[in-house]
Amino acid sequence: MIPLLRHIFRTGILTEPVPDADDGPRREIDRLHDEILHVLGRALTIREVDAGSCNGCELEIHALNNPYYNLEGRGIKFVASPRHADMLLVTGPVTKNMENALRIAYDCTPDPKLVVAVGDCGCNGGVFGESYASCGAVENVVGVDLRIPGCPPTPLALMQGILAAVRKSK
Amino acid sequence: MFLCDDTAIEFTPQPGAGAPVWRGHAPSGDELKDFAAAAHLAGGRLAAIWGSDERQRGSGFRLHCVFGLDRGHAWVSFDLPADEPSYPDLSGIFSAANRMQRATRDMVGIAADGDDQRPWLRHGAWPADWYPLRHDAVHAAGMGAGFDNLPSDYDFVQVGGEGAHEIPVGPIHAGIIEPGHFRFSVIGERVLRLEQRLGYQHKGVEKLFIGADMAHGARLVGRVSGDSTCAYAWAYADAVEAACGVAAPPRALMLRALMLERERVANHLGDLGALGNDAAFAFGLTQFMRLKEDWLRLNHKLFGHRFMMDRITPGGVAADVDAPALAAMVEQCGVIGGEVKKLRTLYDEHAGLQDRFVTTGVIDAALARELSLTGMAARASGLLLDGRTHRQGYTPPPPYATLGVRPVTDERGDVAARVAVRFDEISESLRLLREIAVGMPSGDTRVAVAPVAGASGLGVIEGWRGEVLVGVQFDKDGKLARAHPHDPSWQIWPALEHAVMKDIVPDFPLINKSFNLSYSGADL
Repeated sequence: MIPLLRHIFRTGILTEPVPDADDGPRREIDRLHDEILHVLGRALTIREVDAGSCNGCELEIHALNNPYYNLEGRGIKFVASPRHADMLLVTGPVTKNMENALRIAYDCTPDPKLVVAVGDCGCNGGVFGESYASCGAVENVVGVDLRIPGCPPTPLALMQGILAAVRKSK
Repeated sequence: MFLCDDTAIEFTPQPGAGAPVWRGHAPSGDELKDFAAAAHLAGGRLAAIWGSDERQRGSGFRLHCVFGLDRGHAWVSFDLPADEPSYPDLSGIFSAANRMQRATRDMVGIAADGDDQRPWLRHGAWPADWYPLRHDAVHAAGMGAGFDNLPSDYDFVQVGGEGAHEIPVGPIHAGIIEPGHFRFSVIGERVLRLEQRLGYQHKGVEKLFIGADMAHGARLVGRVSGDSTCAYAWAYADAVEAACGVAAPPRALMLRALMLERERVANHLGDLGALGNDAAFAFGLTQFMRLKEDWLRLNHKLFGHRFMMDRITPGGVAADVDAPALAAMVEQCGVIGGEVKKLRTLYDEHAGLQDRFVTTGVIDAALARELSLTGMAARASGLLLDGRTHRQGYTPPPPYATLGVRPVTDERGDVAARVAVRFDEISESLRLLREIAVGMPSGDTRVAVAPVAGASGLGVIEGWRGEVLVGVQFDKDGKLARAHPHDPSWQIWPALEHAVMKDIVPDFPLINKSFNLSYSGADL
């Protein structure tokens, strides 16, 4: 136990105000964080739905909770059920085989809800496009409030996109 | 011949600098089956099965089977008539054939003569008599594609008896992971049976290769499974280079190895953290995710992309590193290595963590062999299988031939073994990265590659998860006629069904994460 505590102590707090150590965005993030509290009450809950991605976007969404970005420390939490979610964070392209599951998840998310399409594939179908197996962009299946392009988008782009969606909804 | 003397199949070695591949053609279904049986008897494994439509090229359909043998890979093709495309079922010899054969039927419409004719990749999005990879499979472009997306049922194997019930999970899972369906049959907490139904990530990748040019194929193949983008890109490059008769320059090969080892370390770091987390040891997740972030940031600095997508291309690489960059990398290897060593001690000495890891999700060596496992999963069950290492009769392709990779194995076959193998592989990859930095040859990083009409090739790369194969074939215009990317998850998914059988439901996430298989890579 003692070596473990020592390791935690030695590691310290790594959370960055914002990945680019530059005053402008930091104030922006802080301000947006205040807005989240104002708009949504205490926090924002997100249900991530992989509707057909290559898993690249998921790797970066995972990174949001590493100590550098510490999204949960900002009151933004990923939840297991769409019924507990304020926001659906959807990666694509939406495969035909996931089309129905995505619709169900959307219907299960209580109103008012936000839908954010993640990655080039989620935004416009990406390299996979529309085909016999792919519906392409997320907006072809459910309504989308905001798009975060990138292949995959960086954690910073994801963070900014999530916050922008919240601001837009206000 | 190199495998068995009495086979009627004539083998010729594939040219090129990639992993050793021999190509042969089975004159009859019986010969194919005999060869598969001989390969099984010799301790070989089934590496991949796919089909191609050759009717425009003057024959019927073609079945491609790749077997992994001690000395390399045997790529056996078998021609099927257009009017009756059927071939002998290989799943009685290699159980891994089952899903590959069912997928081949869904995609190309050529079927094995076995009992299990359930669809695999086809759910309800297209009709049973329409095959996406046939040349005459036209469909309206756009989202509708001319078919209704119908709900589909799946014939799961039922478990009976008093108290037995089912837990359906998915396709959307509780975490931030890819979709798939798991059907658990349980009594209380004890898992009696797990049956997977996958294919939810099927987005028609193979169809997109048809008619694509070489460069677009490279972009596509790098997005088959995002966590293995370097492995896929290298396997594709090897396949294209073998087909076109060119060799990537030595500096390019070394840079490819650098990227592949960095990809291996990144994934192992992430999974070791997630494994701690799945055993309620959140400290592990935080610590390893920190190291992974440092690692990915250096990737971005060195290669302009956190996962190094599109950096390995046919003919060489699309990125170069200078001496200061290599020095920064070597320095980071030292830092990360030291941190991982400390964390390993903390993992090893944590009784609660070890209690969850040890004897959980066991795959023994015999089962691993029977299931044709490769990669980290096979090595954690005691099989010394690593395409980067020397073994009797096998010389790894450059640059691994001279790097001298020390293989890592563990005989226990449980979650603890897979954790141990990942730790050891991180150390070995860090050592290799230093060797690579020191031995980086000078010279070009890329040569021009011109497609050769009608040529074909197969690339095999030892990715972090296991053996990644890519088979390519060019048409008469130098465009891709067919490309088949094959993920090691095809073979390892069924192993997960076996691994959970004696354990309880709450152990499943931990066992699942210890393999961390790709859905997208196998659903295509």
